[in-house]
Amino acid sequence: MSVFRPNWQALMSLLATLYSLTGMPFTESMSSASSLTVVAILAAGALFSMLRLSFAVETAVLTLSSFGAAALLISGLADGFGTATQGYFAALAAAWLLGWRLVTVLSGDGSQSSAISVIVPALFGIWVVILWECIVRGAGVPFVLLPPPSAIGLRITTSTSILAADFRQTVLKAVLFGYVVGSLTGFLVAILADRFRFFANGLLPIGNMVSALPMIGIAPIMVIWFGFDWQSKAAVVIVMTFFPMLVNTLAGLAATGDMERDLMRTYGATHWQVLLKLRLQAAMPFIFNALKINSTLALIGAIVAEFFGTPIVGMGFRISTEVGRMNLDMVWAEIAMAAIVGSLFYGALALLERSVTFWHPSYRR
Amino acid sequence: MSERSFIQDRLVPVGSILLVILIAWYVAAYSMNAPFQRDFDRRAGETRTSVEFLMKTMSQPKPTMPAPHQVASNLWKNTFTVKPWSKRSLVYHSWITLSATLLGFAMGTALGVVIAIGIVHIPALDRSFLPWIIASQTIPILAIAPMIIVLLSAIGVTGLLPKALISTYLSFFPVAVGMVKGLRSPDVLHLDLMRTYSATKLQTLWKLRIPASVPFFFTSMKVAIAASLIGAIVGELPTGAVAGIGSKLLAGSYYSQTVDIFAALIAGSVVAILLVTAVDVVGRFVNARMGAKTQ
Repeated sequence: MSVFRPNWQALMSLLATLYSLTGMPFTESMSSASSLTVVAILAAGALFSMLRLSFAVETAVLTLSSFGAAALLISGLADGFGTATQGYFAALAAAWLLGWRLVTVLSGDGSQSSAISVIVPALFGIWVVILWECIVRGAGVPFVLLPPPSAIGLRITTSTSILAADFRQTVLKAVLFGYVVGSLTGFLVAILADRFRFFANGLLPIGNMVSALPMIGIAPIMVIWFGFDWQSKAAVVIVMTFFPMLVNTLAGLAATGDMERDLMRTYGATHWQVLLKLRLQAAMPFIFNALKINSTLALIGAIVAEFFGTPIVGMGFRISTEVGRMNLDMVWAEIAMAAIVGSLFYGALALLERSVTFWHPSYRR
Repeated sequence: MSERSFIQDRLVPVGSILLVILIAWYVAAYSMNAPFQRDFDRRAGETRTSVEFLMKTMSQPKPTMPAPHQVASNLWKNTFTVKPWSKRSLVYHSWITLSATLLGFAMGTALGVVIAIGIVHIPALDRSFLPWIIASQTIPILAIAPMIIVLLSAIGVTGLLPKALISTYLSFFPVAVGMVKGLRSPDVLHLDLMRTYSATKLQTLWKLRIPASVPFFFTSMKVAIAASLIGAIVGELPTGAVAGIGSKLLAGSYYSQTVDIFAALIAGSVVAILLVTAVDVVGRFVNARMGAKTQ
């Protein structure tokens, strides 16, 4: 058994590192010495990862070399906006390939440990941010086209009060109210429709059809009816969230098997008892599905409705006006906030779903 | 489903619900337009009989809530009485939106399939990329639609492509997720059989995984094409797009032309229904030809 175990990511990385020697120093603000340090780190990382090492050692070597090189490359851009040579990008590619190798090593053994399933996507996200930062600043992409993540982060920290005001206006008022009212009415109408077969037969095809329609188009009408403030946005959200909830709840209530219903009949259960103790429980996965769909729809509805007229606060308002003023870092800050709010909302729903529908096959271990 | 039960279980309930909606619409039109009409009459010093008053609330030029027949006549006028290529025609605006939708849908579907094939075959991609695809949909991506349009027009890309890109972003996700499920749907037994034939990965993909994923493909395409249309319409909202259903909505909201907004909304809905039905019909046909069991 040889001690040498080549892999293509490390080989490619080595090639890219060699090529990067043609573009010394990497940027105008980077000395030749620090450029050579990057090359040395990358070459060492690539060579070590081709040896037959234990899992822990290989992971440590790859983490240190790829992120160490990336950190030096980012700091080398401090005063060198747009001055990166082709050698800089070759070194960046080499560091990224080592990062890929790290992901491959981590996910390679196929074990489904929960730490790995968090770390691996996190590594991917970190690398997207590193590449974005280095390419935008290294190649000198104009700020109005795509600001680097560092500028967006700076903007988030410097204008927290504006972001907080927009958050209150859009999320706490429009989205939350619309989401709760829309989902609740959808749910209640579904329960009623389920009681009367005729009603359900009529509503289900209509609800299915409406779910495919571009409901976002009612935004201008709602703005005309309910004015510029958050009430019109909440109305859009209500209409958008109503139908997914209706359709999913109706489908969920039909999901119980004949055996279970027959069992409830032999117990002499009333309609409401069957509903509460059997059919609503079985419908929970469907209801949570609708809640998850609605969480995204609600944010989209409120933000897009703000494009049609709003008081001078709100996430959609900020996005559309700051685009016009070419303040793209503010726009990206709003988008980052929307992403975080959306993901947290979704994550909270997923956690709740797991505790409510623990019996469902997809959560069994 | 037999003829009789179709009428009893579908046509009668759906028809009566639609009738109730229509009546509710008329009642809403009356009650929402009445305050303005009453005010208007008081200033003009006119007194009307209640029938006259009712007729007036149904025929305002800029009603708060247009009556169904006003919308219908607007639709009729702008669809059939004007030339389809004139700027006033809804057919023209629908076509503009439809072309962006279809281009975006085609690109999104292709992207989704490529991503799904990559995810199924490369474990590192599955581990690192799939969670981000799912996370990308929890963020309200339509929010950046205006920015994408402005950015692309800044570097000289205008017209169909920016809108289509938004549609692409919205439509690749359902296809990617559906296809990952579909490509993984073959039994372990079938996959083992392919191994005993010593089939290459490409052969397994082409002869087993892709045929198995066809039903998933069409189901996810139905979601994707509806999302794609929404993307195209929202893409037309910012920066004063001159044509398309979205620009009709925006123009209507600027001038409070509620009748126009409703007509544009219905035109968009008709396009959505036609698109989803088209995908459904093609899906049924392909499934039937591939020997899928019909219920």
